[in-house]
Amino acid sequence: MGCETLSDLKQLREKAAQIRMDLLEMIYRAGGGHAGGSLSSVDILVALYYSVMKLDPKHPDRTDRDRFILSKGHSVEGYYAILSDLGFFPREERTSYRKFRSGLIGHPSNHLPSIDVNTGSLGHGLSIGAGMALAGKMDQKDYHVYVLMGDGEQAEGSVWEAAMAASHYQLDHLTGIIDRNGLQISGDTEQVMALESLKDKWTSFGWEVVEVSDGNNMEELLTAFRRIPSGGHRPHLVIANTIKGKGVSFMENQPQWHHKVPTENEMGQAKKELEAQIREVR
Amino acid sequence: MTNTIPCREAFSDTLLECAEKDRNIIAVTTDSRGSVMLGSFAQECPGQFVEVGIAEQNAIGIAAGLAACGKKPFVCGPACFLSARSLEQMKVDVIYSNTNVKVIGVSGGISYGPLGATHHSLHDITVLRSMPGVTIPLPCDVRQTRKMTRAPVPDVYSGDDVPFQIGKANLLMKGNDISIIAAGEMVRIALDAGLLLREKGIHARVIDMHTLKPLDVETIREAAAETQAIVTVEEHNIHGGLGAAVAEVVVQSHPLPMKILGIPDEPTVSGEPSEVFQYYGLTGEGICQTAKKLLNGEWE
Repeated sequence: MGCETLSDLKQLREKAAQIRMDLLEMIYRAGGGHAGGSLSSVDILVALYYSVMKLDPKHPDRTDRDRFILSKGHSVEGYYAILSDLGFFPREERTSYRKFRSGLIGHPSNHLPSIDVNTGSLGHGLSIGAGMALAGKMDQKDYHVYVLMGDGEQAEGSVWEAAMAASHYQLDHLTGIIDRNGLQISGDTEQVMALESLKDKWTSFGWEVVEVSDGNNMEELLTAFRRIPSGGHRPHLVIANTIKGKGVSFMENQPQWHHKVPTENEMGQAKKELEAQIREVR
Repeated sequence: MTNTIPCREAFSDTLLECAEKDRNIIAVTTDSRGSVMLGSFAQECPGQFVEVGIAEQNAIGIAAGLAACGKKPFVCGPACFLSARSLEQMKVDVIYSNTNVKVIGVSGGISYGPLGATHHSLHDITVLRSMPGVTIPLPCDVRQTRKMTRAPVPDVYSGDDVPFQIGKANLLMKGNDISIIAAGEMVRIALDAGLLLREKGIHARVIDMHTLKPLDVETIREAAAETQAIVTVEEHNIHGGLGAAVAEVVVQSHPLPMKILGIPDEPTVSGEPSEVFQYYGLTGEGICQTAKKLLNGEWE
């Protein structure tokens, strides 16, 4: 994996649009899922999985691989779409998503290759990621650990227990990412439980904070991730300002699309828009 | 014979011994190196000692992450906090995710008696027993497993040749009149009761059920079939613990008169453990009375 040139940037954008289509298809077929937060985080996942992280789908358990934890486990559809696209498990399994006894459960399951731990209850991922980074430090390994959190998730107290510990142990091989789409299930994050200033909060906890003004922009994301040094004795936090429901006009910034399922017409409309985006990129 | 070594010290010494041989063993503590007596571990193996501060949820989460990368973490702290504050991390990060994490809760039951109900841990077996695949050993003395409770407790076993196989109960006294099944610190008083009953010509079968899960179903079935009644004794709330686990087996195999002794479902009194045990009839004499009533067909 590694996409360094402009044409690769195009490929990454095209891949993101394709993954959006795949994840909506999964939700549509299953009759359930979390469209809004999956769509907002697609570009982050594509940047990490197709460009930034050291991974080998043929050897998913290599000890020197980078680690990823989807702490906002409900955004699982894009994650499954990507893992199957990369060959961690067969694409055909996507159709079993949420079905009886399927391995593709509604939140990430570590029965699937490359998924280390089960997530779905919020506020767990960063502690686990800190443990992984700490293990790497003990063993003097060079792998990096990425943990993707939601913005609503920041209200969980355990996030801040982990933030304190990662800073205390100077885990510079740990990067937290906040999918800052501004919405949670009940509405505007600032009305549900005010989070701002997130940057100040994380900085005061001793983290090196980078803010990505457009967290759905591939170039900005790659720049941010590539600037993260594997040193400096401080853990890293990327605040990616995204749009919930990104990529499908009528889903964008609409709280009900947190877990609404598209109708046949809506699915058709969404596909048209995403196909147009793919043509545009090409 | 009463030894002077607290179980938790025996545990920490044993853990240190193991850690010196296996560098992947990690002790994770929650500002509890004193409570767990891990001071010498921290000095001898600083690279294998992770202090997370007063943050139980984080302790379990970090341990799960360490385990996912090949470490063998032991999270050590007071049972009352680990089994409640970080229960969801145990459920999701450890049990559901099947990570190799050991959680060592010290001073369970009412060991922290005078500190009050915040520090009592009378729920832990109930909640953890309901989670699939978890193993819950509950040692009764230093010798049995060199694990821990809060203070020095009287020995049950003599000599170092102590049988301990996960999921296989130990038979301490043979008898066919009544069965007394106990776990943890209650095993000692169960044995006392067995001796008292013998003086009165009643032969009790005394069983140390040191593993709550997986449960030794066979031993319970035999006790139900071969004796006339069963008394269970636990330092735990009477709902959902050892007694409930035994009752589940009994009613589905050989129903017989049974009495569950433990801490009743009410606000627990505070006091030294011996005072609290006395108050709730958790003594050799108390068990003896219950056994005799059961055998006389007296029901409450």
